Amino acid sequence: MDIIVCIKRVPETAEADVKIDASGRNIVQEGLVFNINETDNYALEEALLIKEKAGGTVSLLTMGSKESDDTLRMGLAKGADTAIRVSDPTFIESDGIATARILASVVQSMSYDLILTGCMASDDGYGQVGPALAEFLQIPHATMVTKVELRDGFAQVSRELEGGLLEVLNIRLPAVLAVQTGINEPRYASIMGIAKASKKEILLKGLQDLPLQADDVGRKGSKTWIEAIRKPVQEKMAEIIPGTPEEAAATLSVLLKERGLA
Amino acid sequence: MKEIFVLTEHRQGEIRDVTFELLSCGAKLASRMEGHLTAVLLGSEVKKFVDPLKSWADQVLVIEDAKLKNFNADAYQKVLASLLQKFMPFITLISQSGFGMDLAPSLAVERNLPLVTDCYQIEVENGSLVANRQMYNGKINARVRTTDADGYLFTVRPASFASEKMEMRAEVVVLDSPLKEEIAYRTFVDYVEAAVGAVDITQADIVIGVGRGIKEKENLSVAEDLAKSLGGVLACSRPVVDAGWLTKDRQVGSSGKTIKPKLYVALGISGAFQHVSGLKGTETLVAINKDPNAPIFGEADYGIVGDLFKVVPALSAKINELKAV
Repeated sequence: MDIIVCIKRVPETAEADVKIDASGRNIVQEGLVFNINETDNYALEEALLIKEKAGGTVSLLTMGSKESDDTLRMGLAKGADTAIRVSDPTFIESDGIATARILASVVQSMSYDLILTGCMASDDGYGQVGPALAEFLQIPHATMVTKVELRDGFAQVSRELEGGLLEVLNIRLPAVLAVQTGINEPRYASIMGIAKASKKEILLKGLQDLPLQADDVGRKGSKTWIEAIRKPVQEKMAEIIPGTPEEAAATLSVLLKERGLA
Repeated sequence: MKEIFVLTEHRQGEIRDVTFELLSCGAKLASRMEGHLTAVLLGSEVKKFVDPLKSWADQVLVIEDAKLKNFNADAYQKVLASLLQKFMPFITLISQSGFGMDLAPSLAVERNLPLVTDCYQIEVENGSLVANRQMYNGKINARVRTTDADGYLFTVRPASFASEKMEMRAEVVVLDSPLKEEIAYRTFVDYVEAAVGAVDITQADIVIGVGRGIKEKENLSVAEDLAKSLGGVLACSRPVVDAGWLTKDRQVGSSGKTIKPKLYVALGISGAFQHVSGLKGTETLVAINKDPNAPIFGEADYGIVGDLFKVVPALSAKINELKAV
């Protein structure tokens, strides 16, 4: 089973203070910690689990700047076999579908049985690349995948719907599965793995290496673009209870008691 | 007249609420651009849904086909692609749900249309469309523009639009299914309901929710102590289930349970949309989080900005003291 895993390096913003840069269209990257996108990390783990069980290879693919090599190396350290990074100045401002087009142009020349990726990037939250990639490749897809069981020539997968309901379906391979968090327990890289990965070569590809024109990628190849970003205006704001932890806790306990909640 | 399509979302014999939210969104857009609003209804034996939709749209477009019985992104994509080609709607609205997210991106590629996903607002400005959506875990709002196109595809975040009942009288149009054969490469097997656990968090008056900020499974005892003091039950956001610290039946949010307790205390929960959408109807919401910018404070009635490992034990102790008086 030869698996391609599409991953992305993203800033961790869940608990960080996010600032807007001078352009008004991007966030300030300085001071943020970057890591593999959370759902992509689960996709990578699923690929490694399948490889351990069924044999084959795991190839990593990312689109991004030089810094993304760190993300690829961490994947190699965990057990992926090869890594490709696509990068070109013309790729800037590619939207979800243009990104999928670029990834598809790389995947087309590779041999694979399965493509895994995360179901959504935590930075842009588009959730488009997996299913759009499948459409460019003319293969089936499933998103929000929380379980994968490989059978002969197909996979039985569970998809997460609302309210905890799962949709179970059979999907013919090769296919793109966009993985949801919780499908497995992502491993950490071993020291030995990290040492080995540091020597592995990362294959770099640019626009000239791909069967695409400048008009297919970046802003030109995208039908959507971000005009401006801003911090959300809170319509409502909690009454913040001041003081030390003990003081605030005391105030809150009285408040809850008054309301008959404690 | 500009055609606006809304895809009706239904599952297991029921129209999903989000459909009416989408129709309300569509009606707003229609009023801004002399639009004509069409509810697109695909499925097998779905005629019973026509009546409930009639007052919400100018037209209900129905395609019945046994091959559309259960949602199948590929089957739906084929049918919608043919409808989009035939009717060239200016705007097509699909829910940002397990259903819509599986369908919209590949449909956009097939029809070569601009797609903006997870919109909470769509505006018409000087005849062009501006979509508003969140990025970076809800910490940033973005205005997204599209290039000029014959049609536009948007997925709309559930609960972004109120369902505003309308008094329209839709014309009902039934069309033949364009599907020639079953989609063999993707077949529906079953729906599996989430397992029911020992504690039903939907029935509790007081719920203590823990999130990523709890950091370790061992730290759950801090939250359990507070639950004990308040006579409440323990619930959580998604990362806690993903980490295997609590079971799925404890998860609050769009992919978990919807709860309406008298009191919800959110501990180390950032307040992602997916979690908060399961809390609508909570009477009093208290948030304790070290990040003053956490979106949860925009939802909460009371907040404490601080280290939950200091605040929560103090709170449990104070409540125990008050109870002893």
